[in-house]
Amino acid sequence: MDQLAWLPTHPDLGAALSAARRLPDAAAKLNEAIRLAGFRRDFTATGRIDRLAAEGLAAEGRPGGLTPLRLAILASHTVDHLVPAIRVSGLGRRVALAVHVAPYGMYRQALLGEDPALAAFRPQLILLALDARDAPIDLPLDSGEQAVAEAVGARVEELRGLWRRAKARHGAQVVQQTLVAADPPLFGSFEALVPAAPAAVIERLNTAIRAAAREEGVLLLDLAWQAAHFGGAGALADPVRWHQAKQLVSPAAAPLYGDLVARIAGAVAGQARKCLVLDLDNTLWGGVIGDDGLDGIKLGQGNATGEAFLAFQRYAAALGRRGVILAVCSKNNPEVAEEAFAKHPEMALRRGDIACFVANWKDKAGNLRHIAKTLNIGLDSLVFVDDNPAEREIVRRELPEVAVPEVPEDVAFYPEIVATAGYFEAVSFTADDAARGRSYVLNAERAAALEQATDLQGYLRSLAMTMQAKPVGPAELPRVTQLINKTNQFNLTTRRYTEADTERFSTDAGTVMLSFRLRDRFGDNGLISVVIARPDPALAPNELLIDTWLMSCRVLGRQVEEATLGVVAGHAARKGAAALVGEYRPTAKNGMVAEHYARLGFRPMPAPEGAEPGASFWRYELSAVKAPEHFIEVDAA
Amino acid sequence: MTEPEIYAALTEVFQEVFDDDDIALHPDTKADDIPGWDSQAHVNLVVAAEMRFGVRFRTAELESLHDVGDFVKLIGSKLEAVGNG
Repeated sequence: MDQLAWLPTHPDLGAALSAARRLPDAAAKLNEAIRLAGFRRDFTATGRIDRLAAEGLAAEGRPGGLTPLRLAILASHTVDHLVPAIRVSGLGRRVALAVHVAPYGMYRQALLGEDPALAAFRPQLILLALDARDAPIDLPLDSGEQAVAEAVGARVEELRGLWRRAKARHGAQVVQQTLVAADPPLFGSFEALVPAAPAAVIERLNTAIRAAAREEGVLLLDLAWQAAHFGGAGALADPVRWHQAKQLVSPAAAPLYGDLVARIAGAVAGQARKCLVLDLDNTLWGGVIGDDGLDGIKLGQGNATGEAFLAFQRYAAALGRRGVILAVCSKNNPEVAEEAFAKHPEMALRRGDIACFVANWKDKAGNLRHIAKTLNIGLDSLVFVDDNPAEREIVRRELPEVAVPEVPEDVAFYPEIVATAGYFEAVSFTADDAARGRSYVLNAERAAALEQATDLQGYLRSLAMTMQAKPVGPAELPRVTQLINKTNQFNLTTRRYTEADTERFSTDAGTVMLSFRLRDRFGDNGLISVVIARPDPALAPNELLIDTWLMSCRVLGRQVEEATLGVVAGHAARKGAAALVGEYRPTAKNGMVAEHYARLGFRPMPAPEGAEPGASFWRYELSAVKAPEHFIEVDAA
Repeated sequence: MTEPEIYAALTEVFQEVFDDDDIALHPDTKADDIPGWDSQAHVNLVVAAEMRFGVRFRTAELESLHDVGDFVKLIGSKLEAVGNG
């Protein structure tokens, strides 16, 4: 398969790049670079896009509307030639990446010794890009099982030490690259039956690395798995380039490698996509249901075409079970479209799997806007799959924020394209993710209940809501960190933290860090809000700064904010605080909370010293103010 | 492909790799003559030329590439070999 096969082809990328160099300023060049990064490109064109973006990317704040992130690469092989591709894919994954490369082969020294350049860079992500030729486990070929297990164990122990060091010293999220077996096997298929055979040892090492990473909160760049998927190590590695320049990944494969790294960075920055929007006719089934009828569409067992469509439905349904929101956007008569879901016996996707179902004759760009609005997510959270090239083109032009994969004519390749595009890269998986699809469906039922209720108060009371509030402990850290990094709209400060950071907050005696869950008569909404209130040197000792207050938009308009404030105020008072100080830092996405503190009875106050320009500050006297009323029963542990 | 055609195509490769439309190549153009032609850019040039001309250079051949004339000669011999093969 082509590298970056999900991206559309530009008619003349070279000419577009030459023209872009003449754009008037750095910001315009960056915007054009972001647009061009969305096309299929080889490593030379990728390098040119990188140069086009460079000056604009170096700007303060959020250049091009991207989330800034500092990535340090500590490698046992040459990686400098991969950096432009990482940055350019970052443009597509909506992160402005600053990349620091530690001297080649010096990863141990960089972490265990003093590396002032690395410390000054203040990495938020550290990628340990190691390869199988580095520190090889060199056992006699006739060594037994036990000896191999011990050697693998010792190597993984060393890695754990490096990971912990990176976390403690730099507060960075570590990403460990798995080892690609660049040297060919000695025994062929018999390899794995010889414990000390090189490829068998590498496989074992990778398995041990993955297990250790899970325990240590380390993310994986699973290059071994990717190499197997993309036609073996040969597609990534090139022995000539290794001998010439110690490049494990050849320049030709740089665009793919860069994207694999950038999608992890994007996910860490909360920029992974959230919702898969599907067309119906010739996307979920063969044929046009309005013309061919329920019995005429091709779907399900019995013929190859029908099975291919069914396989794509099953893949989409499986994505739904891992927490990707599913929606439908189709030009169809709504009753006819719904009928397929209600009555076709072979459908793998059920109507209940679809959080937002839009079938009408209006334009798809408008309908996608409607879907994003209904689900309370940004347009840049959507991935839209449509078999019709004209519809794809229109949506790309009208809504550049929406990801629209280029799909081949044969639906048999749809699951692979959606998977390899890496839209839904994850940095955690929790029980809440598994339940998310259901919770969006429940929200639709709540919306129906609201329409029936005669008044809002009565509706809220009828929901019988209970909120559970508790200090964040080790069990909540992954989900809390995930929420901190992906919440964009109801987020007062949009501060992003790694799990190392949140762990520090959770154990700091002066800090209040709370997580909130909400249940109602329709079911559990899961973990829906996080608040961090901490002392700040710019404030009085008896004031706590609300460093972070965010909430899932699924529970908007339910008085969760009011109930949350009551709990936070209680905890703050117990820490001896006299007042809470709220901070609002405006972004392109969090306009909905501009009046949050005013609404809750906070008073505007001057910005303390060192505050970010543009931020507003609000004060809440714990003694003087009457707590806001709400209909939520609070269970505060 | 004639030698002038190889020069023309290789010039485009250089222009793209160095993102500079003003680059003009001569047989004796060396790394020192083009700003940015360091060891990493050299590998990039090799890979970009391989992709452009549809050839592969051998490890040993890479060590004999010192100036643009070497590049053109090597590409010419590779293309000839393909044509005759």
